[in-house]
Amino acid sequence: MTVAMGTLKAGEPVFYVVDEHEHAEGDSTMLGFWLYLMSDCLIFAILFAVYGVLGARYAAGPAPKDLFDLSLVAVNTSFLLLSSLTYGFAMLSMQQNRVGAMQGWLVVTGLFGLAFLGIELSEFAHMIHEGATPQRSAFLSSFFTLVGTHGLHVTFGLVWLMTLMVQVRTRGLIEANRRRLICLSMFWHFLDVIWIGVFTFVYLMGMLR
Amino acid sequence: MSSHAHLPVDHHAADAHAGTRSGQLIGFAASVVLTAVPFLLVMNGSLDKQATALIIMALAAVQVVVHMIFFLHMNTRSEGGWTMMALIFTIVMVVIALSGSLWVMHHLTTNMMPAHEMGQTP
Repeated sequence: MTVAMGTLKAGEPVFYVVDEHEHAEGDSTMLGFWLYLMSDCLIFAILFAVYGVLGARYAAGPAPKDLFDLSLVAVNTSFLLLSSLTYGFAMLSMQQNRVGAMQGWLVVTGLFGLAFLGIELSEFAHMIHEGATPQRSAFLSSFFTLVGTHGLHVTFGLVWLMTLMVQVRTRGLIEANRRRLICLSMFWHFLDVIWIGVFTFVYLMGMLR
Repeated sequence: MSSHAHLPVDHHAADAHAGTRSGQLIGFAASVVLTAVPFLLVMNGSLDKQATALIIMALAAVQVVVHMIFFLHMNTRSEGGWTMMALIFTIVMVVIALSGSLWVMHHLTTNMMPAHEMGQTP
């Protein structure tokens, strides 16, 4: 980097960068989006810490063993895992410029995401129906906050997915759309990584207590 | 930084972020095994709780790494190493937040007066 020195007023140096080059549009998007994901990771770390501290405070209310259905969680986990795989296939199709195949895989990904959300919401509804509401105990407050925040992320991911499918349909696989699809890919896989922590620390460890 | 004349970013990034079909399938197969084993361990309950807890936590850690490599395509080269730097910083922060909170709050709980003794004090 070259720094040139010029004088505007007498005796007063002014420094400026001479060889400031032009940045291509979206040049720094990937790094910026990764930094966003890392900040999101810190949010989840705090929520996991809260659950770790409060997760065994039942206030004489229901415990994980009374509430969780592990086979349902296993089905949910497989849905999210499959949606990560199908998004990966969508990205491979994008790389080969096969728009139709990519849109198809995105539809499958969205359906798996919807199935995941549906099962999670029905689980929540069942718990609330049995009186296990967020205000029942510290365990349930932290449970609904942690798992609900993950579910909200999946919800926004689905909205984003549908938006991008419309954008690809109207504008095609332009550079901007490729960039957006890669960002959503990172977001979607990241949510799967967070879910590993949720099914391990919340559901499996909860059943062991 | 190479030439900025053409649009080098996205095709390059797409290559880096799509991986290969076999890579996706290997990552998926590994994830299925790393998910099925902890679920079966907890559902069967054949091992004692301490051992089961340690095994499922270890398998979760391995699966996070598997996802990072095969699905998120993390490596030390992307974005000139800055993604890896951000990841390492985040891991340090996560470890401090999680282990610090659990350690401090565990000691706070164990050193507090138990609830059943509070009723006996005048």
